[in-house]
Amino acid sequence: MIAFSHVTKAYGDRLVVDDVSMIVEKAAFVVLVGQSGAGKTSLLKAVNRLVQIDGGSVRIDGEDVAAMQLTDLRRRVGYVFQGVGLFPHMSVAQNIWIGPRLRGTPDSARPARVAELLELVSLPADLAERLPAQLSGGQAQRVGFARALAANPEIMLMDEPFGALDPVTRRDLGLAYRALHDRMGLTSLLVTHDMAEALRLADRIVVVGDGKILADLPPAELLQFRGDERVCAMIDVVREGARHFSVLERNG
Amino acid sequence: MSDLLRLVQAHLLLSICAMIVALAIGLPIAILAARRPRIGAPILGLVSLLQTIPGLALLALFYPLLLFLGRATGLPIPALGFLPALLALALFALLPIIRNGVTAIRGVDPTLVEAADGLGMTGWQRLAKVELPLGAPVLLAGIRTATVWTIGTATLATTIGQPSLGDLIFSGLQTEDWRRVLTGCLAAAGLALTVDFLLGLIEGGLAQRRRWKVWTGAGLLLVAAIAALLPLGGRLPSDKGQTVVVGAKNFSEQYILAELIEMRLRAAGYRTERRDNLGSAIAYRALAAGDIDVYVDYSGTLWANVLGRTDTLPSAAMLQALQREMAGRDRVQLLGALGFENAYAFAMTRARATEMGIADLDDLARASGKLRLATDLEFQNRPEWQAVERLYRPQFREIRQYSPTFMYRALGDRSADAITAFSSDGRISEMQLITLPDPRRALPHYDAVLLLGPGIGNDPGIAAVLQSLVGSIPIDSMRAANWMVDRDADKTTPRQAAEWLDGKINRDRM
Repeated sequence: MIAFSHVTKAYGDRLVVDDVSMIVEKAAFVVLVGQSGAGKTSLLKAVNRLVQIDGGSVRIDGEDVAAMQLTDLRRRVGYVFQGVGLFPHMSVAQNIWIGPRLRGTPDSARPARVAELLELVSLPADLAERLPAQLSGGQAQRVGFARALAANPEIMLMDEPFGALDPVTRRDLGLAYRALHDRMGLTSLLVTHDMAEALRLADRIVVVGDGKILADLPPAELLQFRGDERVCAMIDVVREGARHFSVLERNG
Repeated sequence: MSDLLRLVQAHLLLSICAMIVALAIGLPIAILAARRPRIGAPILGLVSLLQTIPGLALLALFYPLLLFLGRATGLPIPALGFLPALLALALFALLPIIRNGVTAIRGVDPTLVEAADGLGMTGWQRLAKVELPLGAPVLLAGIRTATVWTIGTATLATTIGQPSLGDLIFSGLQTEDWRRVLTGCLAAAGLALTVDFLLGLIEGGLAQRRRWKVWTGAGLLLVAAIAALLPLGGRLPSDKGQTVVVGAKNFSEQYILAELIEMRLRAAGYRTERRDNLGSAIAYRALAAGDIDVYVDYSGTLWANVLGRTDTLPSAAMLQALQREMAGRDRVQLLGALGFENAYAFAMTRARATEMGIADLDDLARASGKLRLATDLEFQNRPEWQAVERLYRPQFREIRQYSPTFMYRALGDRSADAITAFSSDGRISEMQLITLPDPRRALPHYDAVLLLGPGIGNDPGIAAVLQSLVGSIPIDSMRAANWMVDRDADKTTPRQAAEWLDGKINRDRM
C-alpha cells in the first residue's frame, strides 16, 4: 500500500503538486491521468524519490520513504519510463540482470532468471544476447519491463511507459502488463495523458490538474462524472471518438 | 645512436610518469567537476589558465618554487631535473583530461542516468557501470590529446636539466647542427605519433566494442612503458657521492668546457653526469642548491646577477670579491679563472665600421640613430646595458633580440649593423669583426671561472683535478675550439672540440 499524505512539490514558485493525499491499496492498478505539467509525474516519482518533495510524506506499507535507504527503496520499487533507458553497452540479458547483480545475486542464476523474465514479457529467449540497438521499440520496452520486474518488486511505477510506441503495440503491451499485474499481485501506479488507455487498464483513475486531484473514481463511474469541466473534457474526447466510430460504421 | 636511444628512453619515461600523475589528479577532479558544477567551473577555469602559461615558463617557474619548498620544509627536494619536469608536464596535461572527462560524464544520455537511478544504483555504481563505459571514447580522446602534448612539451624539460629529446634540439640549435635538431624533432614526433596510434586503437576498440583492439593497444603501450624503465635501473644514481654533476648553459663554449671538465674528472676516476642548457639565471642557483656540482660561469655575470653590483672593478679585484662573497654566502668555491674572457663587446664588420667611421663605443653611440643593433636574449635586461645607456646614451634605430647563433647571422646578412658579441666567439676572427673599445668602462670583465658547489667541497680530489684547468685556456684556443663547433662546414661535436682543446692545453704546457 502506498499512502500519499499532504504531498507538495514546487519548482521555483510554480506549485506542481499542491497538498495531495491519496491511497493506493495493495494489488491495486491506479492510473494517474492529466495534461502535461499537471503534476502527475512528480507525484509518481515522489514514491521512489526521483523527485524530492517539499512537504507531506509518502509511505509504503506505513514506512516513510524519506527515511528509507535510497538504493534499498529503488530496488524494492520497479520503475519503467517512456525513455526506456536500456544501457546500450550491455546485452539484453545484462540489462535485465542489473537489479539482481546490484544486490549481489550470483551470476550462475542469471540464464534461468533471464529466460523466465523474457517469457514473462513474451519475448523469444534468443533475444537475450542482443544489444538494445537491435531491438524494435516495443521489444525494447518489454525488456524495460523485464528489467524492472527482475528484482521481484511489490510495486511498479510507470511513467508514460507506452508513450513512444505505435497504437497497436501500445494496446498490446498495456494489456500484457495488466495481465502480469493480476497474475503477480503487483501494486501498479501508471502515469498517462491518454484517457482511453487509462479506461482500458485501470482499477481506479485519478485525474490530476494544476497539482490537485480533480477526480478519483473507478473507470465505469468516471464515465458518469459531472463536475470539473477539465475532467469532462477528457472523457468527452474518448466518448466522441467512440460515437464517431459507430457513426462511420453504421453509415459505411 | 646509443645517445638517441638513451634520450628516447628518458623522454618516454618522463612522459609516461607525467601522464600517470596527470591522470591520478585529473580523473578525480573531472568526476567531482561533473557531479558538482559549482566546484567544477572554477577548477576548470584555473586549469585553463595554467594552459595559457608558455610551457618553457611553467617549467622554469618550478625551479624557484621547489627551491623554496625545499628550504621551507628542510626536505631534500630536487629543484632541477626529473621532479620539476614531471610536475610541469603533469599540470599541462590536466586540461584535456579534465575537460573531456567532464564532457564524457555529463554527455551521457539523461534517460540512462534516470534508468540507473531508478534501478537503485549508487553514485559510484552509476559512474562505474554507466557513465565511464559510455563516456570512455570522449575521455580517451582527451587522454590522447594530453599525451601528444606531453610528449611534445617534454622536449622543453632539457632547459631545467632533465635529459629528453630536447637535448638534441637545443644543443643542435646552439651549434647549428641541423641534423641533430631534425633527429630530435623527428624522434619526438615519431614517439608522439606511435603512442597516439596505440591510444587511438584502444579508443576505437572501446567505441566499436572490439576487445582485441583494446588489448593490443594497451599491451603495446605496456611494452613501451617497460622498455622505458628497464635498462634505466642500472643507471639510476645509486651512489651519488661518487658522481659529479657537471652543468652547462646553453651555448657551444659551455658544452665544450663541460665536456673538458668531464674528461678530466673521468680520467681521474670520477663518474660524471651532465645537466645541459641551464638558463643563465638558474645555473648559479642550481650550483648553490647542490643540484649541480661544477660549471663555468663568467665574472661579470656573477658580479651583476649574483652580487647585484653595477660598478666595474679591475679584473683581479673583482675575482677576489666574488670569491669571498660566494664562499661566505653560498659556500660556493671559485676555483680560479680559466685564462680567457667571454665579455660582452659591441662588434661590427670591419667594412661597416670603416664606412661609418666608428672606432669605439663613443662613435657608435653618436651614429646609433642610423644603426640597427642585434642583441642576445638577455643583454637588454642586464645591468651592463643600463650602464651602456647611462654612460654613452645611444639611440639605436632598432634593437632586436636573437639567440646567439642567429645574432651573428643577422650581422652577416646585414639585417643588423652592430651586435653584442662575445669576445671568445670564434666567429669574431672568422667573420673579420672588430670589437669596439669601451673608453668609459661600462662593460665589466667577464673572466671565465670554474665554480664548485658546496656538495663537493669535502672532496679535495675534485678541486685538485680541476685546478689543472685554471689559467690554461688562452683566448685564441677558446675561440678556435668554439669555431670548430659553430662553423657551418666540417663542424665537430663539442666533445671533439673538447678533445682538441685538451690536447692543446697539454701541448701549451710543454
